[in-house]
Amino acid sequence: MGAPWNQRAARRARRLERLAPLTRGREIAAADMVAALEAAIEPGDRVCLEGNNQKQADFLAESLADCSPERLHDLHMVQSVLALPSHIDVFERGIANRLDFSFSGPQANRLARLVQERRIAIGAIHTYLELFGRYFVDLTPDVCLIAAQAADADGNLYLGPNTEDTPAIVEATAFRHGIVVAQVNEKLARLPRVDIPADWTDAFVVAPRPNYIEPLFTRDPSLITEIQVLMAMMAIKGIYAEYGVQRLNHGIGFDTAAIELLLPTYAESLGLRGRICKHWALNPHPTLIPAIEAGFVESVHSFGSEVGMENYVAARSDVFFTGRDGSMRSNRAFCQTAGLYACDMFIGSTLQIDLAGNSSTATLGRIAGFGGAPNMGSDARGRRHASPAWLRAGRERAGDGIATRGQKLVVQTVETFREHMAPAFVERLDAWQLMEDMGMDLPPIMIHGDDVTHIVTEEGIANLLLCRSAAEREQAIRGVAGYTPVGRARDARMVENLRDRGVIRRPDDIGIDKRDATRDLLAARSIKDLVRASGGLYDPPRRFRNW
Amino acid sequence: MNRPHRHSWFEADARARIAGLVDAGSFRELCGAHERLTSPHLAALDLPAAFDDGVVVGEATLDGRPVLVGAQQGAFNGGAVGEIHGAKLRGLFERARRTRPAAVLLAIDSGGVRLHEANAGLIAISELMRALLAARADGIPVYGLIGGSCGAFGGMGIVARLCDALVMSEEGRLGLSGPEVIETVKGVDEFDSKDRALVWRVTGGKLRRSLGDATMLVDDDIASFRDAARSLLARPVPARDLAALDADQRALAQRAARYAEARDGLDIWRVLGLPDPGAIPMLDAADFNRLLASLPSPTEAA
Amino acid sequence: MERFTLSLPSVPCTRADAAAALCGVVSSGNLEILVGRGGAADRCDIEVNTSAHGFRDTWEAVLTDAVARHAAGGLALAINDAGATPAVVSLRLDQALEALEDRA
Repeated sequence: MGAPWNQRAARRARRLERLAPLTRGREIAAADMVAALEAAIEPGDRVCLEGNNQKQADFLAESLADCSPERLHDLHMVQSVLALPSHIDVFERGIANRLDFSFSGPQANRLARLVQERRIAIGAIHTYLELFGRYFVDLTPDVCLIAAQAADADGNLYLGPNTEDTPAIVEATAFRHGIVVAQVNEKLARLPRVDIPADWTDAFVVAPRPNYIEPLFTRDPSLITEIQVLMAMMAIKGIYAEYGVQRLNHGIGFDTAAIELLLPTYAESLGLRGRICKHWALNPHPTLIPAIEAGFVESVHSFGSEVGMENYVAARSDVFFTGRDGSMRSNRAFCQTAGLYACDMFIGSTLQIDLAGNSSTATLGRIAGFGGAPNMGSDARGRRHASPAWLRAGRERAGDGIATRGQKLVVQTVETFREHMAPAFVERLDAWQLMEDMGMDLPPIMIHGDDVTHIVTEEGIANLLLCRSAAEREQAIRGVAGYTPVGRARDARMVENLRDRGVIRRPDDIGIDKRDATRDLLAARSIKDLVRASGGLYDPPRRFRNW
Repeated sequence: MNRPHRHSWFEADARARIAGLVDAGSFRELCGAHERLTSPHLAALDLPAAFDDGVVVGEATLDGRPVLVGAQQGAFNGGAVGEIHGAKLRGLFERARRTRPAAVLLAIDSGGVRLHEANAGLIAISELMRALLAARADGIPVYGLIGGSCGAFGGMGIVARLCDALVMSEEGRLGLSGPEVIETVKGVDEFDSKDRALVWRVTGGKLRRSLGDATMLVDDDIASFRDAARSLLARPVPARDLAALDADQRALAQRAARYAEARDGLDIWRVLGLPDPGAIPMLDAADFNRLLASLPSPTEAA
Repeated sequence: MERFTLSLPSVPCTRADAAAALCGVVSSGNLEILVGRGGAADRCDIEVNTSAHGFRDTWEAVLTDAVARHAAGGLALAINDAGATPAVVSLRLDQALEALEDRA
């Protein structure tokens, strides 16, 4: 009788024994991958499939989906992002039936359908840090299937610039006697650097084609509108400058890209270089290049990389985190932690905001999840270190009361109407209906109203920190909601009163002439301008070129 | 980041292009927006109209010399030529025969015929071509300027090649069938319209200049287009006798033979003997022009 | 297309030569505004042609505010719209009307 305290190790040994005939050293042939997964995984296992915002273990995902449902069934998938069709195929083919995840953007429709057909039971939709946390508590994977750039014969892995979730997944799996299988783009005699040591991994496969990477953070400056320029001016002058925001995260989108491109022009003209935007928790956004070149940026730590930015990042090692080999090092878990605890501001866009300031990107018939925005866009109540921006926001919230803590600035920047006249301000979020349709415990709210400090629209900035009642908060939101039904139902006198108190500020109130809001203010107006600004180091994906 | 800010031709609308192209304040619009010559076809289809039907025409001076100017509004229905739009341009060339300006400047930004207008659009563009050729036959030079987002395709690609000379930026494109059309008809292996870098290497200003289709390549900058137009205006009116046409024809035949195997602008630059073809797309217009000029026989035609 | 006309109160435009001026281009999510001479000196006559159906009350609210912000009395505005949001409409109106005020 073996000791009853080491059964996980015994289970692991059993699996490795089954896997052994299919490996040569640590290497599995691509043609044997389905058989290898059927050997390594057992029915009912909790399997972590690495799918991130960008990097995807796509070959392993397809191989898992091709496994026999007779051999593998009732799997419990834990993964941060469901991005590929194969991620859903695993459920449709009856291999898995339980899911805990963070984000499902491209597969949101199929996911919602399978949930309604009761073919997927969702445990919960998490934020990234929350899911990573649970990998170490009650959702530890039995097997993880990860993506790396390269392996050596011993099984050491080099992750390349896109580290993302890999260390968190491997740490949780390897040290609780799970099986770690990696797909790699190439096998090298000598790795540029070792990101995951061989004694944390069990097997690797050289995938038939390089793992898929989505250029998710590339925004073409040619598509930035004058309204976005106006809102970027308002954010810079009315918030960044006022609070002296030095440490921050930007959400993805054209609104924040416009801010990045206004730093070397508009913010420079306000004398803000060195006073704002010095430290970033941010992926290497191509639209940040002009600000970096202009000397605005001291440091950038990233969740992952961005396609085409590799050479630029390597050549700007004072700014970005890079390895001894010169190439970028990113890490989602650490960068999320940085965004939560070490940043003074998050700014991002959303699809809907209600009268309490709750915001959501949920739309009916889609389960899109959260990703990292709720970590960035929430006040960290465990934070104790002070900064001027954090203290000032805390004092504004406390009002006449005593501030015992500061407050992270959480800014939502939205045009009052989206395309096709869809209002961004609503009485009731679609998230509530989605909750009912999908049988969820809670509506999928991206950022809670009590975390939001400012809302920026083309009409003005609402500072919710200064609101003293729910009624004031509601009118402050209505007061920047423009011509949406929510905005038109404002109490005009109360809104004017809030404006007198500086709770609502119009462009005029902060000295912005709307006529100055032209695309001429953008430091780059095309992808080609970004390449020029980078001195030719940025190599954009072909779909973004017009030369 | 103190690079002087360019006024991008690509970004500007038709009116801003004209304003920057000709002598300041000299432009006088004909058949302007206030006359509301809108498309009856778009109205019948219950689609949004434009008061100028997507093209601005009028007279102006350039370096003090009288010119007629037409500029297509690429943002309105892709600059497509409808019945009114085409008639305004045709009228411009007919006016040129009467007023005998130093040149007609045509800022092309169009995918060709406006499909909504079917035969009326086709007829309009044919009449435009005929009027253009009549003006040229009367000794009035016609210079095309291509640098907008729609390029010059379809019927307007033909119109472009009927001009005496073309000024292009790299961002401008020139072709007959558009990339999407080629992909739809011949398949993605023939031409991948989503590979934008390829699309521009095949249809963009640098390749068109290399082949001689474009006479001048300029940076995407309104002032550069203006300078190019001024230098064209300062040249003698190009020859257009039978001998010149025969020479053009021979050059085209040679070109077809020389590049029969080329699949990409890169291949053509390689055959031309340009060093490091892959680096060409990123060159400034000035560097690119220097490189072309250094070749023994810089371009093919014209 | 939805088409309607409005006549809204506005401070008289002092420009005697407020000739036709065109602002904007008709493209997806955008609009053009043609400014010309109208009727009564204390009213602004506005003609709207829009591809977005069912937003007449929103247009009225946007236009009422715009002609209250500017001296647009005695002017006629004609709008061709391809689905612009109120933010874009307001911006174009400001551009079109401020251009007149600046030249005054």
